[in-house]
Amino acid sequence: MTTTALKHPAPARRLWVYLPMTILAGFFLFPIVFMVAASLKTDHQIFADMDSLRAFLPVGDVSFANYAAVFDRVPFWRFLGNTLFVTFMVTALGLVVNSMCGYALARMKWKGRGLVFGFIIATLILPFDTTIVPMVYLVANLPWIGFDGFRPVLEIGWLNSYHVQIVPFIVNAFTIFLFAQYFKSLPKGLEEAAAMDGAGWLRTYWRIIVPLSKPVFATVTILMVVTSPATWNAYLWPLMTVQSEELRPVMVGVQYFFQLDTSWGEVMAYISMITIPMVAVFIAFQRSFIQSIAGAGMKD
Amino acid sequence: MTIASTDRPAPAAPAASHEARRRRRGQFSRAEQRAGTAFAIPAIVLLLVFVIGPAVVALAMSFTNARLISPVAPEFVGLDNFRRAFLDDAVFHRSILNTFLFAGLVVPLQGGLGLVLALLVNQKLAGRNFFRTVYFLPVITSMVVISLLWRFLYQEEGLVNSALSMITGGFYAGQAWLANPSTAMFAIVVMSVWQGVGFHMVIWLAGLQTIPDVVYEAGALDGCTPWQRFRHITLPLLKPTSVFVLITITIAAMSLFVQVDVMTGGGPLNSTSSIVFQIVQKGFEQQQIGYGAALSLIFFCMVFALALIQRRLTRDKD
Amino acid sequence: MQRRNLMKLAAATGGAALTGPALAACSASSGGSSDGELLLWTHSAGNEEELAVTDQIIDTFNSRQDAYTVKRESFPQGAYNDSVNAAALSGDLPDLLDVDGPNVPNWAWAGHLQPLDLPSELTDKFLPTALGVFQDQLYSVGHWEAACSIFARESVLEAANVRIPTMDEPWGREEFDEILQRLVTDGGYQWAIDFSTADIGEWYPYAYSPFLQSFGGDLIDRSSYLTAEGALNGDAAVEWGRWFQGMFTGGLSNMESPAGAEDFNQGAAALAFNGNWGALAAIDLYDDMLFLPPPDFGDGPKIGGGSWQWAVSAGADPAGANSWMETALSDEFVAEFANLTGLIPATESAADLTEHYRTDGDLRMMMDYSRAYAVLRPETPAYTVIASVFTKYAGDIIHGGDVAEALDAAVSEIDADIESNSGYGF
Repeated sequence: MTTTALKHPAPARRLWVYLPMTILAGFFLFPIVFMVAASLKTDHQIFADMDSLRAFLPVGDVSFANYAAVFDRVPFWRFLGNTLFVTFMVTALGLVVNSMCGYALARMKWKGRGLVFGFIIATLILPFDTTIVPMVYLVANLPWIGFDGFRPVLEIGWLNSYHVQIVPFIVNAFTIFLFAQYFKSLPKGLEEAAAMDGAGWLRTYWRIIVPLSKPVFATVTILMVVTSPATWNAYLWPLMTVQSEELRPVMVGVQYFFQLDTSWGEVMAYISMITIPMVAVFIAFQRSFIQSIAGAGMKD
Repeated sequence: MTIASTDRPAPAAPAASHEARRRRRGQFSRAEQRAGTAFAIPAIVLLLVFVIGPAVVALAMSFTNARLISPVAPEFVGLDNFRRAFLDDAVFHRSILNTFLFAGLVVPLQGGLGLVLALLVNQKLAGRNFFRTVYFLPVITSMVVISLLWRFLYQEEGLVNSALSMITGGFYAGQAWLANPSTAMFAIVVMSVWQGVGFHMVIWLAGLQTIPDVVYEAGALDGCTPWQRFRHITLPLLKPTSVFVLITITIAAMSLFVQVDVMTGGGPLNSTSSIVFQIVQKGFEQQQIGYGAALSLIFFCMVFALALIQRRLTRDKD
Repeated sequence: MQRRNLMKLAAATGGAALTGPALAACSASSGGSSDGELLLWTHSAGNEEELAVTDQIIDTFNSRQDAYTVKRESFPQGAYNDSVNAAALSGDLPDLLDVDGPNVPNWAWAGHLQPLDLPSELTDKFLPTALGVFQDQLYSVGHWEAACSIFARESVLEAANVRIPTMDEPWGREEFDEILQRLVTDGGYQWAIDFSTADIGEWYPYAYSPFLQSFGGDLIDRSSYLTAEGALNGDAAVEWGRWFQGMFTGGLSNMESPAGAEDFNQGAAALAFNGNWGALAAIDLYDDMLFLPPPDFGDGPKIGGGSWQWAVSAGADPAGANSWMETALSDEFVAEFANLTGLIPATESAADLTEHYRTDGDLRMMMDYSRAYAVLRPETPAYTVIASVFTKYAGDIIHGGDVAEALDAAVSEIDADIESNSGYGF
């Protein structure tokens, strides 16, 4: 379809396109390559290699000893399982709650809509770190229905649980905003057509709107996994609200390595272990992710 | 902030009589009121409890001398915390300047470089998915991890200096980037742009892909040079994307914290201290949550005002 | 306690909707349970050796009697204080917990801890700096102590013709300055001494404030504990600041030296000021290691005192908790900690049971340094803020900031905090 030179660089110009791209790729990769290379070395070797290209290469005194040591120091699989579970729950529930709210804001008429929208925009700019103290106090006093065997019991305080890591982070103003923008761009009249067929709002939403909105769902999924303070990067919050080691996520594990004597090789091995799964997932979904963001567009 | 014209064809509107449609609308409105509220209520409740609630408590605390831990009940102190913040706290003033400096550098750099990357990987090239993935990698790496790594790289004997010395043929001797008050903030800026630019590359890419090819074909017929094509076709059509990019980078840049916390602790000589870093430092480490809450409130008002101004400016030009 | 205050605050200022459930929670939870289970928290997550001894103590205690069962939960050290303060905020402290010595007054004052009820013949055996005392009450006891010293290599000192100092005749200021200068100019070392400046946790006040004290200054005026004026910004303090700054601006020490004396280990620095926890690794690395007393800057050589100690939370069952403490504090376990971790045993009788600290042990001098030179960080609840403020301004001094200005600013921040807390009970 397209015939423009920019989109089809002529062979002679290819070098001039690939060269900067490759240099840039090096710029984006080098810290990560360094991390993996260092994870295979002793501390002495890491510091000795610091000022040369050897820092990027698995050379010298190389072994998997640091990885073995990680498993002695940290219950890695347990932490990974916790993180995966919490991330999954936050994302899944977040998709449902935020998309429905976005839909109501974008395509339904109801009293208070303007007010709610204003509130959501205002909360966009509240960084989580600044309200963490009131948050701790709050969740420590919230009620929860627990189970003693099969008998439901009222418990007070959410600390030291999975739900304290999940529930507060389901709602996300930015996500609601993205959903609302996307839904607004869908053709008008979809609902009326559905109503003619006798479908209720929920059914219309589920059967018509959601299937038409796959791109925005995919985008939000990645955003929630990558950027939410409750998912892959959860750190400060679980430190303060989760006391039991069995419930801790992977990022908290980073702190396990900063003892009186820090082994940097082990730190590098651990951060490689918690970074590489994300990279793998991203590479697997890379194509559909970028296409879906493209499809979602940025609409007003 | 829109690229309203997606090329998705609108489904054919159902043929319905005027009368039926009006009747249905009448039915809609009450059901719609109920349904709309029901759809929004879970999010509203969660938002009230977990976002607005703590913010209100913080607001209340900002007028007290509340401590993180203390055997003494907090007392109402009126505007004392705000007086201290505005009149006495020189480190906070410096942190405001630093934060604006950071945002002032990161917004154009990250936005601009993001666009360049997007243009590069939007070409039909073999391996473009590889490049897209590589540029996006830092985004999916935790900021804590990245800050730990770059602290190493920026040492006097670190890799950044080795690389610079190699490029300049040994001409450049190198320095400890994070130890020098005049370079530490720039070091953090470079690292932050490195980390975040992939994200905005994808957003720009999204914008670029909504520009239909026919527009460029028309341009080609008129004999546009690539620069003219970019300047007069691509750029104007990217306007809505650019507003989105501008606002999201600004908000993220104003919230600068993790990099500072891990890499410099606000030093050397306050040159990297940011507003959020001060909020956490005073409110948490030094246990003065009343004062920390007051700083949060000031911060919130500043970012809110900034967002409003940006919105107004970009809207006027439309 | 804190919980109730916060609630009052929230209710009074319009957070009423939030406190509804909180009111119901008020009487529930918090502190000890009656089923004989004692929950214990340690800062040692990720440190296998410390955890192994802790578990050994717990097993011994649990098998020795039937009334109580101790259960352990471990936390990473870097964020341990945050975890404890968050738990206190929500009334969820454990029964037994360990605490870094200088934080004992802050936590005791805040009501986290209860005074210990232990026989004096047990506690008297311990190094005075291993006991956490606040306002004449004993709140904590530690199994070990740590000590800093000057790490050096005999061959390096001999080559540079440097006198090896002793406790009877430590280096003085002029001699020390001259030695450092010689080590970089003649010794071929990039740096004369490694201060591990990248370690910005508790390291700054722990390691650097003893130099200040040797100059005759201090972190706070210990006669009243109400002001830092004069102590932290008087002539002696400014003198210290200028000297310390000169180390870095004069090219004797690296502003950005990695934690754990890595410059020294790499052979980039001739000496290091480091804790005894790094001593065994250094011996492995160099076969001619010396651990020398710190210089005397006028008021005698000084080093930091007070390490991690065991304490009992306010809500715990005193009988069970104190009985655990008695079991835990036996010489057997004191020696076990020292053997496994390399830290200094807190009793003389335990030292005899250890490889490194018995009278002819290779790290014996650390015990002597600790007894002779250790200064506790100020025993006041204000210490939390003092530590944070000192770390910040010592960092400014290291990076070339104006010394007098930095110290004055530190004093005014510390004094403002003390005042806003009505003197912290002093």
